[in-house]
Amino acid sequence: MTKEHRRPNPDELLVHIQFEEQQQVRGRLKIFLGYAAGVGKTYAMLEAAHQRKAEGVDLVVAYVETHGRAETEAMLQDLEAIPCREVEYRGIVLPEMDTDAVLARCPQLALVDELAHTNAPGSRYLKRYQDVEELLARGIDVYTTLNVQHLESLNDVVAQITGITVRETIPDRVIDGATEIELIDLPPDELLQRLKEGKVYVPDQAARAIQKFFRVGNLTALRELTMRRAAERVDDQMRAYMQTRAIPGPWPAKDHLLVCLSPSPLAERLVRAARRLADELDAEWSAVYVETREHSRLSQAEKERISRTLHLAEELGGKAITLPGRSTAEAVLHYARKHNVTKVIAGKPIRPRWYELLRGSIVDQIIRESGSIDVYVISGMPGTGMPLETAAWQPHRPWLHYLQSMLLVAAGTLLSALVHPLFSPTNLVMIYLLVVVITAIYLGRGPSLLAAILSVLAFDFFFVPPHLTLAVSDTQYLLTFVALLVVGLVISNLAARTREQAVAAERREAQTAELYALSRDLAVAVDLDTIMQDILTHISQTFSREVVVLLPGTSRHTVEPRALSPGFTLNENELAVAAWACQHSQPAGRGTDTLPAASVRYLPLKTARGTVGVLGVKPSGLDSYLSPDQLHLLEAFASQAALAIERVQLAEQARHAELLQATERLQTALLNSISHDLRTPLVSITGALSSLQEDDIELDEAARCSLVENAREEAERLNRLVGNLLDMTRIEAGALKVGAEACDVQDLIGAVLEPLEDRLRGRLLTVDVPSDMPLVPLDFVLMAQVLVNLLDNALKYSSPGMPIEVLARLDGAETHIRVADRGVGIPPDDLERVFDKFYRVQQPGQVTGTGLGLSICKGIVEAHGGRIWANNREGGGTVVTVALPLHTPNEVAK
Amino acid sequence: MSETGARVLVVDDEPAIRRFLRVSLSAHGYAVFEADSGQAALSAVVADRPDLVILDLGLPDLDGIEVTHLLREWTHIPIIILSVRGQEADKVAALDAGADDYLTKPFGAGELLARMRVALRRVSQSGVQPVFTSGDLTVDLARRVVAVAGQEVQLTPTEYDLLRVLVTHAGKVLTHRQLLREVWGVGYGQEMHMLRVNISNLRRKIEPDPARPRYILTEPGVGYRLRASM
Repeated sequence: MTKEHRRPNPDELLVHIQFEEQQQVRGRLKIFLGYAAGVGKTYAMLEAAHQRKAEGVDLVVAYVETHGRAETEAMLQDLEAIPCREVEYRGIVLPEMDTDAVLARCPQLALVDELAHTNAPGSRYLKRYQDVEELLARGIDVYTTLNVQHLESLNDVVAQITGITVRETIPDRVIDGATEIELIDLPPDELLQRLKEGKVYVPDQAARAIQKFFRVGNLTALRELTMRRAAERVDDQMRAYMQTRAIPGPWPAKDHLLVCLSPSPLAERLVRAARRLADELDAEWSAVYVETREHSRLSQAEKERISRTLHLAEELGGKAITLPGRSTAEAVLHYARKHNVTKVIAGKPIRPRWYELLRGSIVDQIIRESGSIDVYVISGMPGTGMPLETAAWQPHRPWLHYLQSMLLVAAGTLLSALVHPLFSPTNLVMIYLLVVVITAIYLGRGPSLLAAILSVLAFDFFFVPPHLTLAVSDTQYLLTFVALLVVGLVISNLAARTREQAVAAERREAQTAELYALSRDLAVAVDLDTIMQDILTHISQTFSREVVVLLPGTSRHTVEPRALSPGFTLNENELAVAAWACQHSQPAGRGTDTLPAASVRYLPLKTARGTVGVLGVKPSGLDSYLSPDQLHLLEAFASQAALAIERVQLAEQARHAELLQATERLQTALLNSISHDLRTPLVSITGALSSLQEDDIELDEAARCSLVENAREEAERLNRLVGNLLDMTRIEAGALKVGAEACDVQDLIGAVLEPLEDRLRGRLLTVDVPSDMPLVPLDFVLMAQVLVNLLDNALKYSSPGMPIEVLARLDGAETHIRVADRGVGIPPDDLERVFDKFYRVQQPGQVTGTGLGLSICKGIVEAHGGRIWANNREGGGTVVTVALPLHTPNEVAK
Repeated sequence: MSETGARVLVVDDEPAIRRFLRVSLSAHGYAVFEADSGQAALSAVVADRPDLVILDLGLPDLDGIEVTHLLREWTHIPIIILSVRGQEADKVAALDAGADDYLTKPFGAGELLARMRVALRRVSQSGVQPVFTSGDLTVDLARRVVAVAGQEVQLTPTEYDLLRVLVTHAGKVLTHRQLLREVWGVGYGQEMHMLRVNISNLRRKIEPDPARPRYILTEPGVGYRLRASM
């Protein structure tokens, strides 16, 4: 080895450091591993706990099963215990670890007995190890106990040794992820002695099975298994140590194993074998399933088994891969070469030899073409796998189809009988072939096989001499029979396969079309509500399920239903499950591993930026679960929905940011405008007053008067500005209270004109109010303000001497009050904008103002439930109309 | 032309406003006293025996309405309220409590002096003049005859009552409630539309241009005032 090789590989170091860092954040898991019940795992754990407690570690007993053993109970006495959660299931109260209470207590170390325990239905997780993982994730150290037979990868070996299949298993990654494993050992003889003394807890109902289990042979084998597993762990640690210290060790180039899966029940066994082999070789491994054309012909149960097996491979630490391909061997080897796989594992064929001669064996093919890759062939053991509940294919309305195929053969026979005099018997075979083809195309494989056989029989019976017997006089007909049968079989097979593929293609096409329809609808949806409605409609139609979409609520840990199928309600428990799914970005609820007791399946709506919400689907009936195909489609729907929701949310954020920017701009403009408008009058006033105060300048009476007049006018202007700003603030803050009372419009106009008397001098002002004008409900003071502002504008924007008109009219259910001038008018583009805050029509002549008057008018009028708008008049000038709703008070009639 | 020597108590917590009033009122021959809070005002009315009180509505301790209430318990001294825009309700409350008039800040000295003169004159004229004249309008209270430019005007009894009340308080602002009580009686505090309709009718009969009234002036949000002299 060169020197360079001795230096620690930076990547490996990084992995090691990351692992250690993760360990620091995560709690540390210590497993007390034993080979059978009664070896003293719990006791050892408690002993260790006492030591840690003496060291000052803050620890609690989260769950410990004493099985009534006095010595164990004594050990428990001075340890703090978290009371168990009691779950009632079918009338039995089951104690379960109260994970939430432990999390709330947040000790440094928690003791959790029986890692492989399966939780009572209705718990958050299916298995206790998942609870433990949550504790670890929160940084709590955990001491736990485990028997070796509960390890997933050893499950079938243990079953072989003991004849007992253990149902409670945990994935190997749990033990692989443990910081420490302590092997608790007891020689089998001593264990048996303890059993005899009654020191080992044996549940009554399982007594006999347990007795069978506790045999020296079994125990020794299990003990060896346990020790080997623990030794593997030590080996790993040793390697890790050597790697970090760059100690050249005897580790070979890494192997990469690939295990080929088939729908056969043996696949699980293959996966476990692969895992063990990979462990021994310290190799990474993958499980591959090749989806060939035949995949579509598999039954539902088989398809489910494949996905289950792939899932198992993942649980055991392998990589699960599904490849498309025409031939299994080809696809597997192609993948193997591309990924530097060194060893391929395949199952020994279990089909009869003739079948392989006919169809070829995948294993043979792999072995022949594997080249430098080693191929391991693992034996199959029929019957160890889970038996299939249904046959390989389920004919569609089978009996009707078989009957129809028989009728078709009968019809063919009848036709043959009719044309028999004209044709030779061998030509009649063509009619039968036609029948077989038709049956194959329209009725499927089984009926067409039946048709092929019946055709041969019918042909023989009716048309081959001697007639009406199955005997054959001329042996050359035998060739005809065989040909008819073979051709019939082949055709029926081909046609049926074509048909199946067409059906599959149709289904895929339908799914694609549905997905396309959804994405099309989502693409055009602009707001969240439309998107929600689209998601709801499409998913509930496609899957015929009730659907709910939940979005994160106000606090981080809650979700709120945003859109629901009609009549669908969620209780608090369901909401909690949905919240969990959202928080952890993992599916939860019905049909998943987490909180499976929920009635709804929750899928997180994931995007690259995180989880935007949760999609809940609830089957209409109780027993219908989604097939893997449907599940994939649903996931595709969910990701489409997630993207659409994210898009809208991002757009919303962008809009919000834009709005903020606009507000900022507006505020800057406002500050500029106000500081200018406030300062100008102050400058004039200060200037005028200081000039008057100057002693050394002699001012004549006229100059003094002009200065005083100027200061007074500017003070008034300042007062108007401050008043306007206050009004605007009041309107914007919603503090404007409209105290509407029945008022006389003429009175209103009169009251407004009176203080403007000075400024109106020399103007022709027309007031036109019909004498039968009813009282109008309005706030006198506020509306007077509106008219003052309008008149003020009319005065400012028209030259002196031009007439001003004030007019009131009834218009339907509204009172219209118009103020019209003959001024410069408003550019047509600005007719609406003049009511905006701080908007002022650009005028060549300097007209003072804040640009607030009309927006205040608008605010007040709208607070009255009315409208205000501006028009240009024919012949020049502007007319502003205030329209107020008219609810004529009944009293006026008196 | 001023009621020289009249004693005026200025109640405002802003020294700048007190100073401005002291200077301009003293220049017109009034003797000016000052108070910067409601409590101080109440003692000053007793100690300084002013002829008129100029009272700010917003005081640090008691508000102007309360001060008005307390004063009206024992004296009829004229009270002129100073308020800012947007305090219409407070203004009405103070007037209902017995204040004589109000001014909205900012105000000119001329306006204040005019209001003070009206208020002081009403106190000095014990009893109402039997014949009231303002411009072309003549109201003979003794004979119940109303004439505009010499032409007698026919009024309904309610209209006449309304005009009589306004005439007897000529120059002084009357709140809606005060008018309603005086004309219709105590039970009619809120029947605003009756008042509005009658004012409208009255204007049509006595005003030369009802759209731009000269005699009966509207005080927005507060009430009505009859112009005392033209």
